[in-house]
Amino acid sequence: MYTQALDVPQQNPDKGPRAVENPEYQAEFDAKIDAGGYIEAKDWMPEAYRKTLVRQISQHAHSEIVGMLPEGNWITRAPTLKRKAILLAKVQDEGGHGLYLYAAAETLGVSRDELLEALHTGRAKYSSIFNYPTLTWADIGVIGWLVDGAAIMNQIPLCKCSYGPYARAMVRICKEESFHQRQGYDLLLAMMKGTQEQREMVQDAVNRWWWPSIMMFGPHDKDSPNSAQSSRWGIKRISNDDLRQKFVDATVEQAKVLGVTMPDPELKWNAERGHHDFGAIDWDEFWNVVNGHGQGNVDRLAARVKAWEDGAWVREAALEHERKRAAREHQAA
Amino acid sequence: MERKEWPLWEVFVRSRNGLDHKHCGSVHAPDAKLALQVARDVYTRRQEGVSIWVVQADHIVASDPDAKPELFDPAEDKIYRHPTFYQLPDEVNHM
Repeated sequence: MYTQALDVPQQNPDKGPRAVENPEYQAEFDAKIDAGGYIEAKDWMPEAYRKTLVRQISQHAHSEIVGMLPEGNWITRAPTLKRKAILLAKVQDEGGHGLYLYAAAETLGVSRDELLEALHTGRAKYSSIFNYPTLTWADIGVIGWLVDGAAIMNQIPLCKCSYGPYARAMVRICKEESFHQRQGYDLLLAMMKGTQEQREMVQDAVNRWWWPSIMMFGPHDKDSPNSAQSSRWGIKRISNDDLRQKFVDATVEQAKVLGVTMPDPELKWNAERGHHDFGAIDWDEFWNVVNGHGQGNVDRLAARVKAWEDGAWVREAALEHERKRAAREHQAA
Repeated sequence: MERKEWPLWEVFVRSRNGLDHKHCGSVHAPDAKLALQVARDVYTRRQEGVSIWVVQADHIVASDPDAKPELFDPAEDKIYRHPTFYQLPDEVNHM
């Protein structure tokens, strides 16, 4: 999902959970996890748990703010004032989601600047989905429907993850995410009631976004080496393949109502399994994009870095303004 | 260039009159005025609040999680502090 790069081998792999670091604390920690309890910021936690959370939450945060770019691309070209207001609100939400998540990551003892530095230098990953271009207005609808729809599937279980600050951030995010998916579907419904050209535009966007969307759930369970440990820690509640299946099953009906087809000839109902079967995923493409060779990787990161650097003088001036104000107050006292 | 991060502020929001301010998250801001402004944008985009408090995070004094046993365990065996400890005759037990 937004943290799919957790499956990329790390450059400096941890030496494994430091389980015996403090047996007494570890036992307490395990008991809390087993009882379905929450770990809070100042509680003792194994170093590997902390590191995994920093990676996961920050990847998630990076995905939210990089996700603003492909959609922000369409704000000035929204077809009506109503759609523009909706898109502005959605993009603002994504920025907010990034902030909730950075704040949650910071409770684990990393600074906001360190996290952003990791993103800007390419050390940290964000979701590969945002490296695909948004070619037409229909893409904005399809992103809401499929990309945010997939995100919701993945994020609902995270509302109950074992780390309190992350779980609470996810509760806020999930409440807002539903608006994102529904406005996207609503936008597409409007286009499907339009001209033949508009309907073709929607189908074309679905064709381009379908496979990347179901890739968002990450590698198959058998190829997801870190999943078992994350499940043990209560960070991951449902497996990649189970979530993907749930998403495919839910989406098929929505596509029918909309009047589009998925670009997968093997997609069909399997009565025996009680689920839809679907074709093989092109994992080479997935890893290619995760590893930085997608259509938009270079542009996205460059836009992020430029925004950060262009804003530097504002951040500095605001601090200096406060320093002077405090000095004046001090003098007057 | 020297990296200077804006300080961290904790945000408390009263969702409506009659309720307490409740901690809802944190923001970075250079001063109190902007901290309020940012908190409004981040935490009350959908009418979640009627009042906001912000306090610089390093001004908060918190209890040590390791001190949990000595701080909170002593209350555990003082069940006589709860009304249900007292079994009264049926006729007056709703007291």
